Amino acid sequence: MSETIALEIHDLTVVYHRKPVLWDIDLRVPEGRLVGIIGPNGAGKSTLIKAALGLVPVVSGQVWFYGSPLRECRHLVGYVPQRETIDWDFPVTVMDVVLMGTYGRLGWFRRPGRAERELAQKCLKLVEMEEFADRQIRQLSGGQQQRVFLARALAQQASIYFLDEPFVGVDAATERAIVSLLQTLRDERKTVLVVHHDLQTVREYFDFAILLNMRLIAAGETSQVFTNENLRKAYGGRLTLLAEVAEAVHRSAVP
Amino acid sequence: MSYVTLLVLLTTSLLGATAGMLGCFAILRGRALVGDVLAHAALPGICLAFLIVRSRDLSAFLTGALIAGIAAVALMALIRKLLPTKDDAVLGIVLSVFFGLGVMLLSVIQKLPEGGNRAGLTHFLFGQAAAISRNDLLLVFALSLVATGAIILLYKELVVASFDPTFARVQGWPVGLVDLALFSLVALVTMLGLAVVGVVLMAALLIMPSAAARFWTDRLDRMLLVAGGFGACAAVMGTASSAGWVPVLWGSPGEKLRLPTGPMIILSGAALFLGSMLFAPRKGVVSRAARLLTLRFRAALDHLLRELYEQTESALPQLAFQSSEQVRTRLGWTKIWMWMLTRYAWQRGWIRIENGQLGLLPSGLHRALQVVRAHRLWELFLLEKAGIASDHVHRDADAMEHLLPPEYVAQLEVQLAVPERLTQSGTSVPYSLH
Repeated sequence: MSETIALEIHDLTVVYHRKPVLWDIDLRVPEGRLVGIIGPNGAGKSTLIKAALGLVPVVSGQVWFYGSPLRECRHLVGYVPQRETIDWDFPVTVMDVVLMGTYGRLGWFRRPGRAERELAQKCLKLVEMEEFADRQIRQLSGGQQQRVFLARALAQQASIYFLDEPFVGVDAATERAIVSLLQTLRDERKTVLVVHHDLQTVREYFDFAILLNMRLIAAGETSQVFTNENLRKAYGGRLTLLAEVAEAVHRSAVP
Repeated sequence: MSYVTLLVLLTTSLLGATAGMLGCFAILRGRALVGDVLAHAALPGICLAFLIVRSRDLSAFLTGALIAGIAAVALMALIRKLLPTKDDAVLGIVLSVFFGLGVMLLSVIQKLPEGGNRAGLTHFLFGQAAAISRNDLLLVFALSLVATGAIILLYKELVVASFDPTFARVQGWPVGLVDLALFSLVALVTMLGLAVVGVVLMAALLIMPSAAARFWTDRLDRMLLVAGGFGACAAVMGTASSAGWVPVLWGSPGEKLRLPTGPMIILSGAALFLGSMLFAPRKGVVSRAARLLTLRFRAALDHLLRELYEQTESALPQLAFQSSEQVRTRLGWTKIWMWMLTRYAWQRGWIRIENGQLGLLPSGLHRALQVVRAHRLWELFLLEKAGIASDHVHRDADAMEHLLPPEYVAQLEVQLAVPERLTQSGTSVPYSLH
């Protein structure tokens, strides 16, 4: 029996301001994996997620979720954006934010009802934030804010989750809680992709790794991907040529 | 109340309420000044419309204003896309260029035989509420219905698109379309507002009510209601004061002072904003200051009791007197602060005051012991467990003694328990470190 492929990316190239950030990415992520997306700063880790989710324009490439393009299966996709992209002074409560996870299923005009509230309550419980439901979101610590975002993604009841740097500015207890929750999701056959930059914890957290530095270095079982050879390719000096080419293209294109 | 006044009152208050509600979303979407651009850009649109139809035709004016407003917003988007310019710079440039163009066209029109003044074009600069007609009221009423309906119907979509547009896009919401609906309504309310408050002041009508409402609540649904209410309130206050209902404080008696309605509405809105900023519960300046003062007072009271206790500790169980003036000097307090605190402590029956001498009473001693205990236990904790130098611990403990909850004090006591630290009074106060 062949494995179900949760995410397939084919020939993806992304250019920001005429400067290439991702070149010809080809990869397949099987279902039920906890995946770390790893690479140095500016390697295009977040961009990979955003391009897959159609949030940034791509020059070329196709993306399939469980064999379908995104527009046909948005309900399968859950997303946790970077925490600092949000105005935390926004006048909403923790409950309001988690309820947003159910909006996609509700469709136009319908308001969340009792069933959605119960689901949101359940998701808050999973991240141990149920007693904060009525708090304004500014009154939370960084770790608590991240938990709320995770609860919102859980309320999406997706099959494949994308988390963009969920451990930035988060206390150690929250990081452990998030990781164990993500492992539970994986054990329920969900696929979870996490943009991560702490090399120390990669082996411990993820069973599947995507190593990036503007192009794909390797993707597969963490034990096979996370080799010295591959790390040197991703973090070492060999890729400076590619960066220089990108810079040169950028300079010649912008007068 | 005359028919005209009633008409003006209804129109402006409906307009204020609608602008207030829509302003909330414009601010939360981070586009508070779009209304300003639309309003300023409307002027050349109105002038061009006049030059084309050559008569005072309100629907032509509105169309011209709307087209020019959209052109300005589109131009802003284009500049942002093509050039690496900061958003606020683009906004400033586009806004003033369109406005300058409008003022230039205005003076061209003045020279025409039809005349600008007779066409009433200059009224669009600062608004002319007296010229409001029944048609205006109907238009504003229709718009307020549409806007309220849209907010109720699209509440969920507006919230998710303004709070987290990226997330909204992943869920498949057409954020651009939701924005378009929102800013079309903002544009319409701006155009209708031009006749009342004018090109220059319209943005304030969008921004002020929602900015004021934010002080009162952390819930968006309530904020919308409060902002709508503030908008209507500002309109009523402004209209009333311009209609001469406010008694004139200067000039001859019986004389009615006529003030321009638009600016009076804006000033009333500013008064509401100022009032909210000062007096709103929790977030207002006064409430914050009061909280801070209460905290300071409580801390000072603790310091006073501790000072009285520590100076007479050796004389216990005798409750000795000491000079009030000396205590004050040691604490480094002003006379008035000292007077307030001793008076409060005396009223509570914690201390007695005789001939400028202060002494603890038993209930005061009890309180003082709690403070001293928290202070010294914290000092010990910092010294022994946190490894902080002994000359630093006193100041840190000074701040913490007021904040330590009783259960933590008890915990500290268990952690630091060493028998010979207990004083002879058996009150489980450790010996001083100094």
